[in-house]
Amino acid sequence: MSITNQEYDSLTKQASPGTKSYKTIPMAFLIGGLICVLGQAFINLYIWLGVDQQTASTLGSMTLIFIAALLTGLNMFDNIAKVAGAGTLVPITGFSNAVVSPALEFKSEGYVLGLGAKMFVIAGPVIVYGVVASVVYGLILFLFGLV
Amino acid sequence: MDMFMEYLKAFLIGGALCAIGQVLIDFTKLTPARILVTFVVSGVVLTAVGLYEPLVEFAGAGATVPLTGFGYALAEGVRKAVMQYGLLGAMTGGITATSAGITAAIFFGLLIALIFKPKSKS
Repeated sequence: MSITNQEYDSLTKQASPGTKSYKTIPMAFLIGGLICVLGQAFINLYIWLGVDQQTASTLGSMTLIFIAALLTGLNMFDNIAKVAGAGTLVPITGFSNAVVSPALEFKSEGYVLGLGAKMFVIAGPVIVYGVVASVVYGLILFLFGLV
Repeated sequence: MDMFMEYLKAFLIGGALCAIGQVLIDFTKLTPARILVTFVVSGVVLTAVGLYEPLVEFAGAGATVPLTGFGYALAEGVRKAVMQYGLLGAMTGGITATSAGITAAIFFGLLIALIFKPKSKS
């Protein structure tokens, strides 16, 4: 059977499951919600182990960051993300994946300008705009004597 | 029962924030990187106007685990630091409050990237 590229494209489009919002949005809700429940479980575990609320919350986030980094290294994160969409992207797991994934991919280009630099391809902008927004907030608080 | 409610609230709010992210992916041309930036900056702004703190008290990890929670930590850190150190606090508060998360991502990121092999392109 000989087919043109366009025919092939339309065939693959029919064969591959489309991203339908009535599926993707509930999946993002479900998996994202479960990741937050997992985070809460870790926080409660750390509180049970005797640390204060603030520290437990930080440790909980760090645990999720570690799990997401490990799953990225094991090539499993992308498979979950394919199903979860924003469900794994929006939680702190997405930030962790955004650090590890390009670091792994660009390791072959060297440890400094490959791994070291590409780590921040997505995390960099997140930190830049987050920090700048917080500085603006701090300046407003200070200048208007709101604290 | 209290604990069940705590997990339910974390699930609902955390899930809802992710569903908003999915709506942005499906219906706008925002790339994942832009969505992450949008969520963090939104977290800072919502905290600044006093809307995010009640959400954190209500939902716990449901509000702190999504990246808006990263923005919340930045803004709260800055507010507390300005209270304590004045103008300098605007510069130090954000990174100080989020240092553990940022450092964890960098440290684990490097470690994992060194140990594991990148997936082969098929």
